[in-house]
Amino acid sequence: MAQHQVNYLKDGGLPVALTTIDKVVNWGRSNSLWALTYGLACCGIEMMASGASRYDFDRFGTIFRASPRQAELMVVAGTLTKKHAEFIRRLYDQMTEPKWVISMGSCANTGGMFNTYATVQGVDRVIPVDLYLPGCAPRPETLQYAVMLLQQKIRRESASRAQKPKRLM
Amino acid sequence: MRAYTPKDDVQKKPYYTDRYWVAPQVAKSDVSEDAVFAADLEMLKGYFDVLDAYIQKDQMVVVIHAKDNFGVIELLKNVCDYNQLSELSAIDWLATEGKFEIFYQMLSMSKRKRLRIKCKISEKESIQSVEKLFRSADWSEREMYDMFGIVINNHPYMRRILMPDDWEGFPLRKTYPLQGDEFAQWYEVDKIFGKEAREIIGPEIRDSARVDRYDTERFARLGHEVPRGADISQGEPDTPLVYQEAEGVFMIEKFDAEKSVVISDRDR
Repeated sequence: MAQHQVNYLKDGGLPVALTTIDKVVNWGRSNSLWALTYGLACCGIEMMASGASRYDFDRFGTIFRASPRQAELMVVAGTLTKKHAEFIRRLYDQMTEPKWVISMGSCANTGGMFNTYATVQGVDRVIPVDLYLPGCAPRPETLQYAVMLLQQKIRRESASRAQKPKRLM
Repeated sequence: MRAYTPKDDVQKKPYYTDRYWVAPQVAKSDVSEDAVFAADLEMLKGYFDVLDAYIQKDQMVVVIHAKDNFGVIELLKNVCDYNQLSELSAIDWLATEGKFEIFYQMLSMSKRKRLRIKCKISEKESIQSVEKLFRSADWSEREMYDMFGIVINNHPYMRRILMPDDWEGFPLRKTYPLQGDEFAQWYEVDKIFGKEAREIIGPEIRDSARVDRYDTERFARLGHEVPRGADISQGEPDTPLVYQEAEGVFMIEKFDAEKSVVISDRDR
C-alpha cells in the first residue's frame, strides 16, 4: 500500500502558508492597485509610458482603469486648474474605500510654475494626498518607485478593521 | 574671439543708460505705396468713415468707428475678397485711454494680402458680432467676452469659453492681478467645501520654492524621513531608502542584482 503520509506542519510538505489576515489582505491590496487614468497635462505622458510595455506597470498589478468605481489609486498627473477642481473631487468621492492618491509632478504638488489665478496651488487643497512625487515631469522609473513606496505604506496599514476614511477637514 | 571693450566704467553705466528696454515703434508707411491696398481703401472710404489708415510690415491697418465693424467686414469679405478672418481679439487700454481696442485680422487668399481692422470702444459699450460673416469669430468673440468683459451683440451663444461660468472678473484686463483676486484664490475651496472651510484649509502658498527645513508636517528629507510632526531641530536619523521591508514581503521575492542575468547577446 502506498504511503501517503504527509507531514503537514513540515515546511514544504504541502503548499500551506501560515500568516495573518492583515498580511494576506494587504498583500492583495498592495499588489492590485488599480489606478484611475488621470492624465491632466504633460505628466500624463510619463504616466502612460509607465503603463506601456517598456516600463510595464502590469507586473506591479497596477492596471489603469477608466472608471473611478473600479479604481483605488488616483495618480494626479498634471496641472489642476480651478475649473477642474470640483470634478477631481467628485471623482475622488466616487472611488471606493480604501483609496490612495499619488500627486505626480510639481504642478500637482504645489501648482509648480503656474503661479496664476487659474491653477490650484497643490491638489492637497482639494483631495487628501498620500504621496508627493517631485519632478517636472517625473520619469516613469520615479512613478514606479512611488508606487513601490505606496505598496510599502499599504503593507504597514492595518487591514483587519475598516480603514479610517481620509478627510481633508 | 569677442572684441575687447573697456570695462572701467561698468559700474557707472546704469546711471546713464535706460535700464528698461523700450520697444521701437514699427515704421508706418503711406497706403498709396501699395496699389492693391490703395484700391481697397478707396472702396472702403466710399461707404464708411475711415479714421486712419497706414501700412505696417506689409499689412494695411484701417481704423474705423466701432459701430461700422459689421458693415466694413461684410464689404471686405464680399466685395474686396478678404475671405478669411484669422484672428480677432482686444487690447486693454483702459488705464491710458479708458477704451478697449478691438482688432480683426483678415486675409485675402486671392490677393495674398493681410489687413487689420481696428476700432475702439469704451468699457460700457458693446460691439456687433461678426459671427454671421465668419464662423471663426464665434469662439474668438466668446474668448473676448471671457477675458475682457466686452459684451457682443447678436452672438448666438454669449457665454464664457475658458473660465468657469460662475467666475467673477475678467482675467486679461490689466487691472486683474496675475495671482487672482480674493474670489479666484478661494474659488475651489468655496465651491467644494463652502466658505466656512477657508479657515481650516488656509490660504494658498504662492511661493512654490519655499521649503521649511524643520517643518515635518509638510516636508520630508529623502533618506532622513521621520514621523509626521516630529521635532528635528536637534537633527534627524539616517533612514536609508528601501522599497521593501528588511525581512522581505509575503510571497514576493526581492530582486537580487547579483543573481540577475544581463543579456549581452541581443541576437541570440
